[in-house]
Amino acid sequence: MIRYFYKALADIRSNRFLNLITMVTISLSILMVSLCLLFFENLGRIMDGWNQEGRAMVYLVPEFSTEMRPELASAITQMDGVVQITFVSKDRALARLKNQMAGSTRFLDTLEENPLPHAFEIRIQTQNGFEPVAAVVRQIESLDLVESVEYGQKWLARMLDLFQLFRLTGYVMCALFLLIAFFITASTVRLVFHSRQSEVEIMRLVGATDRFIKMPFYVTGLIQGAVGGILGLLILFAAYLAVWSGISQSMGDLFHLDVRFLSVAAMGGIWVVSTFLGWFGCYLSLRQLLK
Amino acid sequence: MNLDTGKNAIIRLFNVTKHYGGKPALHNVSLDIEPGEFVFISGPSGAGKSTLLKVLYLAETVSAGQILIDGMNLSRISPARLPFLRRRFGMVFQDFKLIPTLTVFDNVALALEVAGKKPSFIRKKVMHVLRVTGMEKKAHMLPPTLSGGEQQRVAVARAVAGDPDIILADEPTGSLDQASARRVLEILLAYHKKGGTILVASHHLQQLQTVVTGRSIVLEKGRLISATRLEPYAL
Ligand SMILES: Nc1ncnc2c1ncn2[C@@H]1O[C@H](COP(=O)(O)OP(=O)(O)O)[C@@H](O)[C@H]1O
Ligand SMILES: [Mg+2]
Repeated sequence: MIRYFYKALADIRSNRFLNLITMVTISLSILMVSLCLLFFENLGRIMDGWNQEGRAMVYLVPEFSTEMRPELASAITQMDGVVQITFVSKDRALARLKNQMAGSTRFLDTLEENPLPHAFEIRIQTQNGFEPVAAVVRQIESLDLVESVEYGQKWLARMLDLFQLFRLTGYVMCALFLLIAFFITASTVRLVFHSRQSEVEIMRLVGATDRFIKMPFYVTGLIQGAVGGILGLLILFAAYLAVWSGISQSMGDLFHLDVRFLSVAAMGGIWVVSTFLGWFGCYLSLRQLLK
Repeated sequence: MNLDTGKNAIIRLFNVTKHYGGKPALHNVSLDIEPGEFVFISGPSGAGKSTLLKVLYLAETVSAGQILIDGMNLSRISPARLPFLRRRFGMVFQDFKLIPTLTVFDNVALALEVAGKKPSFIRKKVMHVLRVTGMEKKAHMLPPTLSGGEQQRVAVARAVAGDPDIILADEPTGSLDQASARRVLEILLAYHKKGGTILVASHHLQQLQTVVTGRSIVLEKGRLISATRLEPYAL
């Protein structure tokens, strides 16, 4: 194995130009992919942060009477993700409102009847992102006794839809980049192989198996993928440091944005994908070339 | 054909014919070669000498007839086993077939690497055969920087490195001056003395004959026209 590794290094050296092109292509595509990932990971986290509260008001229909309260409360509590429920009677709601508005207006005192509905104040788990929250809200809204559910930043849901679409486009583009890198890897292998046709023929004549002939190509592919991946991630990290230190100095005090570099797991994943890419490009080309 | 006479034969050809499209390059050639024999194949250019060697290590397949190598029928060798057959041969090609981007050392080592030998063994063995062929000082040079005679010796070193049962040498002295030719022959001869079977194809036979006891086979237009024993001459 070590011998194949040295052979592969020698191969890379003797085909410097082609191998460089492959490595640069892989690293650029990995750069694009990890840039997308970095962007979406952070945007996702920031948006989740905005919805951290998970507080929602469940307004009940006028027909609701307090005897129905335990049954309804337990029905809502049983739903996935509902962690806390507090009943807010219409009287308490009015009192709260008066308290908040104290001094600013006498309007509320003039009311003969309390126009506010009974309500539950609930808290929903948010650590799994936005989608589960929206699902619980929909579920609660479908109950007969519930008039409507008002929850933190409803506009966030709409923005999240947009974000999903945006993210999908990003990932499709990433896939495209990877595909291009893959094709370039595969065709470099083909070029290198053709440039070595006579060498391969000699190896065969002195008794080399196909495995022996292919091995250095595979190792080369793995090295290219691995090095390309690390290169892409390093470029991204350098860019991240440069850009982010600039931003955080000028705006750090204005907004608190929780921006982080890719997690170790994500970097590991990207690196594995990139290494696999190098290997797979080789595999497909050689399967075609050596039948 | 009497099958018994060739019982011990390491190479057996039965009515082997080879066409490259048109006229046959080999025509109905039958031949038995015993282990340890030194066989000269001579004949004018185009007689089929190279073709005869090529069909033995399956660089070419025969059009008709059968070849047995140590009892193995070549027509039944699967592609997966072909490399193992070739490792039993040491080949000296007319055009050397050295890899220009590998050093002399690596070119010779290749013959052992393909057989999966250990690096420490390879290092020792390669330096040994390079010493025998007088090329150890040029071990780290690339073949294109060497003279024809030196490349020829590297090719011979590679052929003997794997301790093959059979050495096939195609015009091994073809492009060499008298001294280099003699040197190459001495190496082959030493290998022969250790019991190796050697087939040498050459169109200037006289130069070779003086060196060794063996059998002389003459080809003409693809036909085997004579097979005689050569008497030894002193070196
Ligand atoms: N690859 C080939 N394709 C077509 N004809 C060939 C090929 N190799 C050899 N021949 C023909 O076969 C005949 C024998 O060639 P060869 O075995 O090389 O002869 P020798 O080695 O005795 O000079 C010649 O007529 C040659 O032209
Ligand atoms: Mg010839």
